[in-house]
Amino acid sequence: MALHREHDLHRRRWGRNLGLGLTLGAFIMLVFGLTIAKVQNGSQMQGFDHSYQPELDSSTQTPRATP
Amino acid sequence: MSDIRADFTGQAGTGDAGFGDYVQLLKPRVMSLVVFTAMVGLLVAPVGLHPIETLAAIIFIALGGGASGALNMWWDADIDAVMRRTAKRPVPSGAVQAGEALALGLGLSGISVVMLGLATNLLAAGLLAFTIFFYAVIYTMWLKRATPQNIVIGGAAGAFPPMIGWAAATGSISLESVLMFALIFMWTPPHFWALALFMNDDYDKAKVPMLTVTHGRRATRAHILVYTVALVPVALGTAFTAIGGPIYLAVSLVLNALFLLGAWRIWRRDEDTARADHYAVEKSVFKLSLAWLFLHFTAILIEATPWAHALARLIGWEG
Repeated sequence: MALHREHDLHRRRWGRNLGLGLTLGAFIMLVFGLTIAKVQNGSQMQGFDHSYQPELDSSTQTPRATP
Repeated sequence: MSDIRADFTGQAGTGDAGFGDYVQLLKPRVMSLVVFTAMVGLLVAPVGLHPIETLAAIIFIALGGGASGALNMWWDADIDAVMRRTAKRPVPSGAVQAGEALALGLGLSGISVVMLGLATNLLAAGLLAFTIFFYAVIYTMWLKRATPQNIVIGGAAGAFPPMIGWAAATGSISLESVLMFALIFMWTPPHFWALALFMNDDYDKAKVPMLTVTHGRRATRAHILVYTVALVPVALGTAFTAIGGPIYLAVSLVLNALFLLGAWRIWRRDEDTARADHYAVEKSVFKLSLAWLFLHFTAILIEATPWAHALARLIGWEG
């Protein structure tokens, strides 16, 4: 039996593809939002960002000598 | 939580599922409980997350719950097919292949656990992974067909979400999160057995050893009363912890009095009376149990607001 252009099968597949597309879009937006949120809270990362800045890395700082 | 609805997209037997069929695999009604209790666990925790992290945590916890639902439907397709309540689920109705349900369940399990770990912390991700394992393997594959205590032990799977939410925010497990776990864990048996009393034929046909099938309805009625009595101190005791307060106590007192009364009425009835009114009391207690859980967690959420703190100070509450 030939499938009519308007067959229910097409409608279901369209719905499935649309649903999957929207889900993936929402997932991408969520990961993007998470990235922004993490970076906003990530001031400690500056110590290792692009070029190493030892003055921002607390683990390498030697205690200041007390008089 | 039980999933008593059985209306789906009506694509039975086509083998070409719509998007809705895949959504049904995730048991959206059960997911709604997971979302709500996980959200309460997250929001009442003493450590606040960034709103997007909170949203992501709730979504990935819900996704993990959905994944375990898909694995459950994959494994239980044979018994779902013979139970009236579950016969129209996507796998037994033929809309979705069993292998698809397995793939979706495994895929979403991996995504939800990894993403929750990245969004929050490893403890929350580990708890979510354990919850999926517990529901899919310990409950679905083992306990459900092995012992009438299946839902007592298996209820732990549904009790984890608020604990995962709390762990996502704090990175730890504490008395408060254990109490939220205990609330759901202790609530599950009377909730499910009330359902089993008016769905007994289903479990009998499917050879699932529910208490009603193995020990009879009289024993099930007694079990409902005993477990409800055991639930009350857990519910009321929570009022005197950091997540409780006067509003929670008032709500809990009313709800537990009603729940106890319902359990007492179920215990007093015999089968002939129950059949005569089509299990009206059992059905009303089942509905009440749903409200019981929802309102307890709503009260916990309210207690975390500044207005509730102000009220507690005003009346000199020292919980």
